[in-house]
Amino acid sequence: MPSNKSVSDAPITQFINCRILRDNELQREDLWVREGRILDPEKLFFDEQGYADKRVDCGGSIIAPGFIDVQINGGYGIDFSQASEDVSDGVSFVAKKILEHGVTSFCPTLVTSPPEVYHKVLPQVKVHDGGPHGAGVLGFHLEGPFISAEKKGAHPEKYLRTFKSGGLEHLMEVYGSLDDVAIVTLAPELPGSQSVVRELSQRGITVSLGHSAADLSQAEEAVQQGASFITHLFNAMLPFHHRDPGIVGLLTSDRIPAGRVVYYGMIADGIHTNPAALRIAHRAHPSGLVLVTDAITAMGLPPGRHTLGQQVIEIQGLHAYVAGTKTLSGSIATMDMCVRHFKQVSGCSVQEALEAASLHPAQLLGISPKKGKLDYGSDAGQSRLHLYFCLPAVRAAVVPPLCPQRFLGC
Amino acid sequence: MRLVILDDYDLASEWAAKYIRNRIVQFKPSADRFFTLGLPTGSTPYGCYQKLIEYYRHGDISFKYVKTFNMDEYVGLPRAHPESYHSYMWNNFFKHIDIDPANAHILDGNAQNLEEECQAYEQKIAEAGGIELFVGGIGPDGHIAFNEPGSSLVSRTRVKTLAKDTIVANARFFGNDLSKVPTMALTVGVGTVMDAKEVMILITGAHKAFALYKAIEEGVNHMWTVSAFQQHPRTIFVCDEDATLELRVKTVKYFKAANLHIYLYMLSIRLALA
Repeated sequence: MPSNKSVSDAPITQFINCRILRDNELQREDLWVREGRILDPEKLFFDEQGYADKRVDCGGSIIAPGFIDVQINGGYGIDFSQASEDVSDGVSFVAKKILEHGVTSFCPTLVTSPPEVYHKVLPQVKVHDGGPHGAGVLGFHLEGPFISAEKKGAHPEKYLRTFKSGGLEHLMEVYGSLDDVAIVTLAPELPGSQSVVRELSQRGITVSLGHSAADLSQAEEAVQQGASFITHLFNAMLPFHHRDPGIVGLLTSDRIPAGRVVYYGMIADGIHTNPAALRIAHRAHPSGLVLVTDAITAMGLPPGRHTLGQQVIEIQGLHAYVAGTKTLSGSIATMDMCVRHFKQVSGCSVQEALEAASLHPAQLLGISPKKGKLDYGSDAGQSRLHLYFCLPAVRAAVVPPLCPQRFLGC
Repeated sequence: MRLVILDDYDLASEWAAKYIRNRIVQFKPSADRFFTLGLPTGSTPYGCYQKLIEYYRHGDISFKYVKTFNMDEYVGLPRAHPESYHSYMWNNFFKHIDIDPANAHILDGNAQNLEEECQAYEQKIAEAGGIELFVGGIGPDGHIAFNEPGSSLVSRTRVKTLAKDTIVANARFFGNDLSKVPTMALTVGVGTVMDAKEVMILITGAHKAFALYKAIEEGVNHMWTVSAFQQHPRTIFVCDEDATLELRVKTVKYFKAANLHIYLYMLSIRLALA
């Protein structure tokens, strides 16, 4: 039976026998999609007297919004921080591959690099929607170079910078352009950071605190100026101390402006954070937890040596170190692995685990009305939905998704 | 009338659903000959809808050639409001079955011109060839649809102001806030339902017992509008034991015996044919 011609000729697909993640719970409802948007079937029935052209039986699977990875440095041999001629090809390649992990939108991340790299790489990739060809790009995540030398982690020291007077103009000199930038990670204890945080926030760019030795009050000050994210909590910052919790203290700070939420990235690969620490953070502030992969070039590749930014790293099993050291240089976990691991060690519900990778990053970036949710009117096109099976025996465990051919409309 | 008494709510719902199912199946509806069904809302018919959905899923019935006409809808309540009768019908019935949306008719409480909407509705029923089976419920004040006490027993589809009893009864769906309950509704008239070939009224629960007593054991009275169906040639009242609490023992015994006879008679026919 065709959809009502007066509204749209486009076919309507109805996903039946599924559970949808909606309104913070898994509901036993059908999902109706037309032209990449989720439909309200009641409106369709009464207003348009329309019905589904095609029914897809999901066999009891969960339909969840596509994951959003706000910190990913590359993968499958591609390094976003390499100033090559075909950056956009590299980004597209990774974009396509990460669909298999359930990621339908992401922020290609650049580690601390010299200005030449930013000037070359940034203009080559624009914010764009995804599709069956690959996940959408929400904007770059610039992690550095305005970070703490003491907490640089795997970032190359010679390219670290401090803020010069002129705030944002100086940033523009270093980065070249902020047009397609979604997130900037910086260390708030660097002098001059306040005005930078404020100006970036006003421009709609998410400011994240990370690779920093800031104490709690410096961090709170930055939040008041507009910072709203913490880059990979616990890693590359002062450890929690009961008399000065440092950046970690933002999770329970009472100096967060009303109506604002501080989100925090967690690399839930079982390596970057001890499960007990993950649980502490989760229990302290569950609604702010954002799962990130912080995946590096080597993600998806076999063990060995690979290039990240201006440095060489080495893969050993599931660990990735700065070559010759025991400093972690990033993770090679995939987002679906992170979701599963997070659910397993935190004991949270399937719905919470899925939301940590979809709804929360969407809220962080201020795009949650359209993405990160399966509400009526939300983007549902082939780039935004993903089907997950639930193993009957393992009940709520999230298992590998269906192959891309089963995406909507395919 | 026929009074069918089942032990509890679930059995009453099942009996009613089976009756509707059988009527539709025996009618053998087709593209040229639709089965027109009048439908109620509320907590009473909920179980019946669940059963019908079950029969549909089992393949025992299709609603492809069924036209439905709901009894009523609130005035001024947004259609998407979870308590609108559109929402009720969608969530509890239409979304689970194979009815063609063009054949599911519900009064529009947000129409520009309410009177025209009511007249158009009567027109649609007439064009559909009248209602074959009208299923309804009864209010604690004995009303059918929103034909509140004092409604004309020959009334047609129109706008009605809700009685205090009805508003209070409905408050539970609006967070127990009386101010949030709609005060007006569009409703089919008593006369509209009387025009149907057959009427089936579902009544369950002790709180409806007095209304049932007034409807069938006292006279026809516009204060208890369901009583009008005493003058309909083919009415069935389906109820549970609790709903009979205010009836005379004699009435209950008579109809239980009558139903037993009907049952045995039908059984004997089936055995004879076997």
